[in-house]
Amino acid sequence: MELPPDLLHQAHYWMRLTRALDDRGTFLHKQSKIVGGYFSQIGHEAISVGAALALGPDDVAAPMHRDLGAYLVRGITPQRILAQYLGRVDGVSHGRDGNIHGMGDLNYGIVGFISHLPASLPVMVGMAHAFVLKGEARVAMGFYGDGGSSQGLSHEALNWAATFRLPVVFICENNQYAYSTPVVRQMYVDNIADRALGYGMPGAVVDGNDLSAVYHVTRTAVERARNGEGPTLIECKTMRMRGHAIHDNMAYVPPTLLEEWAQRDPILRLEAHMQERGLLDDAALSDLLARIEAELDAAQAFAEQSPYPDPTTLTDGVYA
Amino acid sequence: MSILTYRQALNRTLGQELARDEQVVLMGEEIGLFQGSYRITEGLLDQFGPRRVVDTPIAEEGFVGVAIGAAMLGMRPVVEIMTINFMLVAIDQVVNHASKIHYMFGGQARVPMVIRTPSGGTGQLAATHSQSFENWFAYCPGLKVVAPANPYDARGLLRAAIRDDDPVIFIESLALYDTKGEVPDDDYVIPIGKAEVKRHGRDVTVISYSRMTAVALQVAQQLDAEGISVEVVDLRSLRPLDRPTIIESVKRTNHAVVIAEDWYSYGVTAEIAATIQEEAFDYLDAPVKRVAGLEVPLPYAKDLSAAAKPSAHSLVHAIRSILK
Ligand SMILES: Cc1ncc(C[n+]2csc(CCOP(=O)(O)OP(=O)(O)O)c2C)c(N)n1
Ligand SMILES: [Mg+2]
Repeated sequence: MELPPDLLHQAHYWMRLTRALDDRGTFLHKQSKIVGGYFSQIGHEAISVGAALALGPDDVAAPMHRDLGAYLVRGITPQRILAQYLGRVDGVSHGRDGNIHGMGDLNYGIVGFISHLPASLPVMVGMAHAFVLKGEARVAMGFYGDGGSSQGLSHEALNWAATFRLPVVFICENNQYAYSTPVVRQMYVDNIADRALGYGMPGAVVDGNDLSAVYHVTRTAVERARNGEGPTLIECKTMRMRGHAIHDNMAYVPPTLLEEWAQRDPILRLEAHMQERGLLDDAALSDLLARIEAELDAAQAFAEQSPYPDPTTLTDGVYA
Repeated sequence: MSILTYRQALNRTLGQELARDEQVVLMGEEIGLFQGSYRITEGLLDQFGPRRVVDTPIAEEGFVGVAIGAAMLGMRPVVEIMTINFMLVAIDQVVNHASKIHYMFGGQARVPMVIRTPSGGTGQLAATHSQSFENWFAYCPGLKVVAPANPYDARGLLRAAIRDDDPVIFIESLALYDTKGEVPDDDYVIPIGKAEVKRHGRDVTVISYSRMTAVALQVAQQLDAEGISVEVVDLRSLRPLDRPTIIESVKRTNHAVVIAEDWYSYGVTAEIAATIQEEAFDYLDAPVKRVAGLEVPLPYAKDLSAAAKPSAHSLVHAIRSILK
């Protein structure tokens, strides 16, 4: 399935921006400018970007801690994300929440995520339910991990969505590990998507490092949902290429596994594909990377100049 | 006698209890291969194997229920919940099941299980990672709730909890894990339901538990230099609550300040203050003062977060305000 050139260029930009912003965050954490947890998403770019690009402007999504790409695609800027990481007033949560937690902005159809897994799934089902009640042709997308798939809540959410034939697309990111626990120690099935049969919805397993495949399958599911044909469960197989969070050296992951997956890097694969089709050359790539670095330099300068929230505002907003 | 950190005290006690009693099994996320999110179970998988140290899927309500079933048949599961914030996912099994089985099912089955979990807020972890919910469990008859403040108590109370025939919620604190203290090498047990006067004083009683006891002791030392003599009552158990120790102390000092990390309204401090006014009203020279968390989801930004949490500073302020 070949995607049109302009879509590939868009996806390429977002994936490169995502990775560069992720690296920038790691760097700021090493400099002790970011305090507390920091979650890298390296390796997840094709999933978050591909799935988010498949949505329409009025759709909603609840990305998780490895879906930085989805936030960017939906329109949350690097300025606001870096200000968020630094706990500044211009951060998405205005200093209320830290790192990628709580980074919701409904103006961009983004529902922020709380720590508890997979707390946003039923909430996305609820939004889809409201779309149906209001007669709106909108779609809700919920992300969760292989780890989160063991929670009863994920089953409750999927069952509800199937029962009411709701316009939801579930993206399950199977990155082989939940913290240090490999998938084989979390479940006895090969594919999480096989569970879709038990709920009564289609399930698909996708190569999560193949942007075109992720986009294509997600787009089909989004269209089905919008046409009133109900939810879909999409399992994207990938690999978490860094520790669970920045402090985790992931000594428990066999190095050969990481090497294998490094060969399938989603960005390098997309770039090879684009080069084959004559859509990218070395000069264009280095231009793009330079442009992204400049964009992030400006974003970081903005974020570092943004003030810390005023303590007198501490209790503002506890109630509507 | 050894000098141990709070973490080491817990780790060694778990190891000793696993060795002492075959019925003891550990369950939790990341406790085996990863040796615990906070390294409390370090080395235990290697030593006791995966039948005794069980890494669970991310399914708190599920594995707490599993622990209950195993406990009803005489196993002694010790469950680790990564932090108390995730206890909310399991609370139905704890409150509607574990706490009621002995009473409601005619005394046939006991639930000798322990749930260990750190509570409270440290290090800018923001709203969903910084909460204190021990009061929710202390509210519930049928559960026991303990909250040690130092390595000595951690060891003695963990032994007591594992050997107890009722479900015990064992409250830890991230901020205490690296604190050190003297710990005897013998097989001592600290009885559940007994508070301890951790420091004797004449002018005011500070009642606290867990990390706030460490704060209270630090404040007591600081105020000593100014001629204010602070007595510190460390609750150690929230349920059963040792009311007599609190009351005796307040009768001696005639002043009471209660400090806890949870939110002010409906928190542990309210229960203690009510107890004092019921049983020592005539002895009070000033109203009981409470120091607790500001009623806001704890924000991330440093200054906001600090302004919302009870601290040594706010405790000093409270003590001064009632001694005037
Ligand atoms: C209910 C609940 N229990 C425990 C945790 C702690 N925790 C945070 S992330 C994580 C692992 C998540 O694994 P997975 O869902 O596979 O996502 P990944 O991090 O691999 O992307 C755990 C156990 C949590 N957030 N929520
Ligand atoms: Mg995972």
